[in-house]
Amino acid sequence: MKKFVLTGQVVNNKQISNGIYHMAVHAPQIAEAAQPGQFLHVKKPDGANFLRRPLGVADVDKSQGTVGIMYRILGKGTTEFSRMAAGDELSIVGPIGNGFVLKDGQPLIVGGGMGMAPLIYLADMLKDKKPIVLIGGRNKDEIFWQEYMKKFTDRIYVTTDDGSAGVKGFTTTLLPQLLQKNVVDDIYTCGPDIMMRGIAKIAYEYGKTCQVSLEKRMACGIGVCLGCTFPGKQSGRRRKVCTEGPVFPAEEVF
Amino acid sequence: MEKKKISLAVDIGKLHLKNPVMGASGTFGFGREYEDFLDVNEIGAIVTKGITPLPRAGNPGVRIAETPSGMLNSIGLENPGLDVFIKEILPEIKHYDTPVIVNISAGTVEDYAKMAYALDIDGVDALEVNISCPNVKEGGIVFGTDPKSAAAVTKAVKGHTKKTVIVKLSPNVTDIAVMAKAVENAGADAVSLINTLTGMAIDINKRTVLLGNVTGGLSGPAVKPVALRMVWQVAQAVKIPIIGMGGIANGEDAVEFLLAGASAVAVGAYNFIDPAAVKHAADGIEAYMESNGICNLLEIIGKVKVQG
Repeated sequence: MKKFVLTGQVVNNKQISNGIYHMAVHAPQIAEAAQPGQFLHVKKPDGANFLRRPLGVADVDKSQGTVGIMYRILGKGTTEFSRMAAGDELSIVGPIGNGFVLKDGQPLIVGGGMGMAPLIYLADMLKDKKPIVLIGGRNKDEIFWQEYMKKFTDRIYVTTDDGSAGVKGFTTTLLPQLLQKNVVDDIYTCGPDIMMRGIAKIAYEYGKTCQVSLEKRMACGIGVCLGCTFPGKQSGRRRKVCTEGPVFPAEEVF
Repeated sequence: MEKKKISLAVDIGKLHLKNPVMGASGTFGFGREYEDFLDVNEIGAIVTKGITPLPRAGNPGVRIAETPSGMLNSIGLENPGLDVFIKEILPEIKHYDTPVIVNISAGTVEDYAKMAYALDIDGVDALEVNISCPNVKEGGIVFGTDPKSAAAVTKAVKGHTKKTVIVKLSPNVTDIAVMAKAVENAGADAVSLINTLTGMAIDINKRTVLLGNVTGGLSGPAVKPVALRMVWQVAQAVKIPIIGMGGIANGEDAVEFLLAGASAVAVGAYNFIDPAAVKHAADGIEAYMESNGICNLLEIIGKVKVQG
């Protein structure tokens, strides 16, 4: 699939939760090509960071030619992103990698933390199937993602570590109940490795297909630096998160 | 008045380059990865990812860390190994209308010689002998810090190939000019420098090192002044051509290296930022030549004025 290097214009950039931002960028070629689960490798031209940052495609508006990314302020680079305003330019390489394979069956989407961002676009693409969505967070402030998911489904479940919203516990606490209660064929997940490992294990026990979206440090995003590779479980060969992923069948990873 | 024709062509040993800008080993894959971003046939040369006698999985993660004006890597020479390279990769890249320079690393002099012999085949235009990977023992760094060992590897490789032999030097030595002299005397056709500088980074909040391998190789704009100084020092010491690299991001950086004494240059870490950086650097050199009325690279190479 063709990748582009281009400069997109920021349409808006706003804080959506504490320290978490959504940036919409006008980049029609990318908006046209991006699939759910793919990511963009972005950099503020002449910005503080040397390397680009990989950020999942959170939403796409083909009619406006815009693509959305979400990020949490973690350091100098993301602080700089947060100060960007409409009209500023963002350098983009993308869309990168292989996204989720959209299956025919009833989808269940499980996300934790910033892993929710690419799942929003996925939910949009799967909205005709009314996906079941399971969101995990440490506390009630971390489950604002419901607002975004509401547009695509009314079947949303929440867990928080401290019990301040939804069910007390982890997504893996609630998942078996959901699988028992609902018809689910395919699980799609993105979030911390430890969460995805648990989800994959339960999916396996219940005989469901499961796709996981990985996040790894990388420098190039185009398959040359080998910063993001890992040993494939089934294939027995080194896999590149940037170009062969970031989405893999769970059995290839965990 | 007729416009003077500018030539970017340059020769390195038996290698004829259309222009002096290559993709540096470890940052250019096998060239194929860049086909979306530039015409690979138009670049000076491809220098492959480092190949070792056997496949290598590389170091445990985390393998990449950002640093001020650069990056650290501790990939650890992950590569498919010599046999897979020859059987599966070379047939796919030998059609390029640009030289393919194969970067080789090994743990013994004998293995370097064996690789040189095995790669003395159609489709390989030159060997870059890596005696400078700082991230693994088998990456040759033990040969890259001792002039006698460096000479022994060079001699062994030269004895087993008819290809142009470029020896890639490490900056992690007291005097790089001594190393360059040693490999020149041993028959190297050219030297390339610099490989990465050994570095380290720490997360003060977690109180942990950032890289899985603790230390890694520093590259990017941060190393450019060091690389430039070393190219200049080596240019004073040897007669064989120098391929300069270290923090080159554009044509202006490349011209600095040419003025310091490099006959050709390679773009490394900046390929990660701008996947068409090799092409842009070559275009930048051409623009510099045009605006300065220079027709031939020989009018630039080594022509820096030193005052005093």
